[in-house]
Amino acid sequence: MSVLLIAEHNNNEVRPFTLNAITAASQIDQDLHVLVIGKKIDAVSKSISEIPNVKKVIAVDNEIYENYLAENFTPVIIKHSENYSHIVCSANTFGKNLMPRVAALLDTSQVSDIIKVISPDTFLRPIYAGNAFATVKSNDKKKCITIRPTSFDPAQTSGGSAEIIKAEKEEATSLTKFIKREEVKSDRPELGTARIVISGGRGMASGENFKLITAIADKLNAAIGASRAAVDAGYITNDHQVGQTGKVVVPDLYIAVGISGAIQHLAGMKESKIIVAINKDGEAPIFSVADYGLEADLFEALPQFLEELNKLNTIQK
Amino acid sequence: MKILVAVKRVIDYNVQVRVKEDGTGVVTENVKMSTNPPDDNAIEEAVKIKESGKAKEIVAITVGEDKAQETVRKALAVGADRGIHIKVDGTIEPLAVSKILQKIVDKEKPDLIFMGKQAIDDDCNQTGQMLAALLNWPQATFASKIEVKDKSLEVTREVDEGLETIEVNIPAIVTCDLRLNEPRYASLPNIMKAKKKPIEQINGSELGIDIKPRIEQIKVEEPPKRKAGIKVASVAELVQKLKNEAKVI
Ligand SMILES: Cc1cc2nc3c(=O)[nH]c(=O)nc-3n(C[C@H](O)[C@H](O)[C@H](O)COP(=O)(O)OP(=O)(O)OC[C@H]3O[C@@H](n4cnc5c(N)ncnc54)[C@H](O)[C@@H]3O)c2cc1C
Ligand SMILES: Cc1cc2nc3c(=O)[nH]c(=O)nc-3n(C[C@H](O)[C@H](O)[C@H](O)COP(=O)(O)OP(=O)(O)OC[C@H]3O[C@@H](n4cnc5c(N)ncnc54)[C@H](O)[C@@H]3O)c2cc1C
Repeated sequence: MSVLLIAEHNNNEVRPFTLNAITAASQIDQDLHVLVIGKKIDAVSKSISEIPNVKKVIAVDNEIYENYLAENFTPVIIKHSENYSHIVCSANTFGKNLMPRVAALLDTSQVSDIIKVISPDTFLRPIYAGNAFATVKSNDKKKCITIRPTSFDPAQTSGGSAEIIKAEKEEATSLTKFIKREEVKSDRPELGTARIVISGGRGMASGENFKLITAIADKLNAAIGASRAAVDAGYITNDHQVGQTGKVVVPDLYIAVGISGAIQHLAGMKESKIIVAINKDGEAPIFSVADYGLEADLFEALPQFLEELNKLNTIQK
Repeated sequence: MKILVAVKRVIDYNVQVRVKEDGTGVVTENVKMSTNPPDDNAIEEAVKIKESGKAKEIVAITVGEDKAQETVRKALAVGADRGIHIKVDGTIEPLAVSKILQKIVDKEKPDLIFMGKQAIDDDCNQTGQMLAALLNWPQATFASKIEVKDKSLEVTREVDEGLETIEVNIPAIVTCDLRLNEPRYASLPNIMKAKKKPIEQINGSELGIDIKPRIEQIKVEEPPKRKAGIKVASVAELVQKLKNEAKVI
């Protein structure tokens, strides 16, 4: 038995969720190999080889892999899958797009979005927007698994020295062409891994008003989230959406402002350590998951919040 | 151009799902069922493309028990031309659904297949990508914008980093996000008309595909409950609690 993990990176650095996936993968089996597919990936491969949990790195370096098209990655993964009992990657948009394509060609029923490794063939996964947890056992010989990164701690990044093996490219697709990626660059912590997240909902009433949230996020070094309603209304871009059809976050502190707490939103944040809700409707469902609820108008509460934070001598970063 | 749209019947998104006491699943008896929400977007997009003159026919397909036909009927009421219902009872995994759809694609030869990006019950997010792999077609997942060109589609995809645009040659598979469009409601006359549109029924067992589940569901349980929190009276109290009690700031 050995596990092959597909690394997510941007050709320069390893994406943080790869580290969480590595922790989960090494709970399945200690013999963990990582497949790095990309363009000019020497630095990425080297940094992965230094992760103590990783036993071997397979690097497939070619310009056709600059943009991670599933159509191009899949043949490489299929080729290398032969020697492995498990193929795994993170259950974010990278893995969700890629893994089913691999699983279908291996004739395997994929297990999506696991939150716990119970044994090498049995896993825990949330269904119905996290309203139920299913324990499932895969009876396929080769297993394809995606991992909910926020349910596992990131792996340690130094001290290891795995061997790096270079492998050949496979044929490139002519059916799909990458055109562009519009990344929203910011100096803030990433939503998926931030220690503190502050999110705004429809109650914010405009994109302009999100500056109230931004000011607090700056102060707390927090990432900014949003409900689907806020994204749909155009207050903020889609990469901020938290929930069943957005991102799952598990920060130490989640502050929901002007968010009612629909189950689809809760699906993305209710595992957070501490939840704060600020809402003017005392009956809003968000209060049922909040450790600290403040029934107040956000347009008064947020400026006061900033003021109180400014009074503190120290703020954890 | 012909567009095939896959629609799935799921527990309505407004229903508070409850776990069965015996741990075998969730309660589905007497629970409101509806079309999986992003599948409505998939149908809507197909109808819009047809209205623009770029498609001739829309075929809605579902895989499931008898009642799953309701989702096809609803698709017919908003503009699909005909339906296909593959009858299967019990659990059917995305791999099996995609193998069934592959058979139908071989027969129907659509140019485009639209599906939802994920079903809100199992949240597997697999079927479209699996079907694309089996057909060796390009895939455009999590689509929030689709532009139909001559022999290709330009699709904007919602990814973790923001937005990505790709071009896929036709035939192609697109899985749709809720932001792709605003699904229309069926008008009463159209609901009546839809009753006359044909739905072909095919027995799943006649397709010669092994659809036995590969994944055993051992148990379904309630997630751990959060313990009830408190209401604070003021912002000052909130900040004090976060600092001194929860120790998170
Ligand atoms: C298939 C499907 C998937 C979905 N996926 C997601 C998802 O991933 N993420 C997600 O978030 N949603 C998702 N949704 C949408 C979800 O059902 C809700 O519609 C959405 O979360 C509501 O957003 P909201 O809480 O911001 O808005 P609302 O429900 O409108 O709530 C706004 C809240 O703001 C409060 N408020 C208003 N003004 C003020 C003020 N001045 N001060 C204080 N409070 C104020 C109100 O009391 C209210 O509680 C999904 C829906 C479907 C059908
Ligand atoms: C371990 C396990 C146990 C299960 N137990 C049960 C059970 O006890 N009872 C039960 O009813 N179900 C059960 N299911 C669910 C059933 O097998 C699901 O239909 C299947 O897993 C599909 O997953 P999904 O809909 O999340 O796929 P996704 O890949 O998320 O669906 C994406 C899209 O594919 C299309 N699609 C998917 N399924 C269909 C379909 N049937 N017809 C047409 N289009 C479709 C739709 O366009 C949909 O938006 C179980 C699933 C698993 C994995």
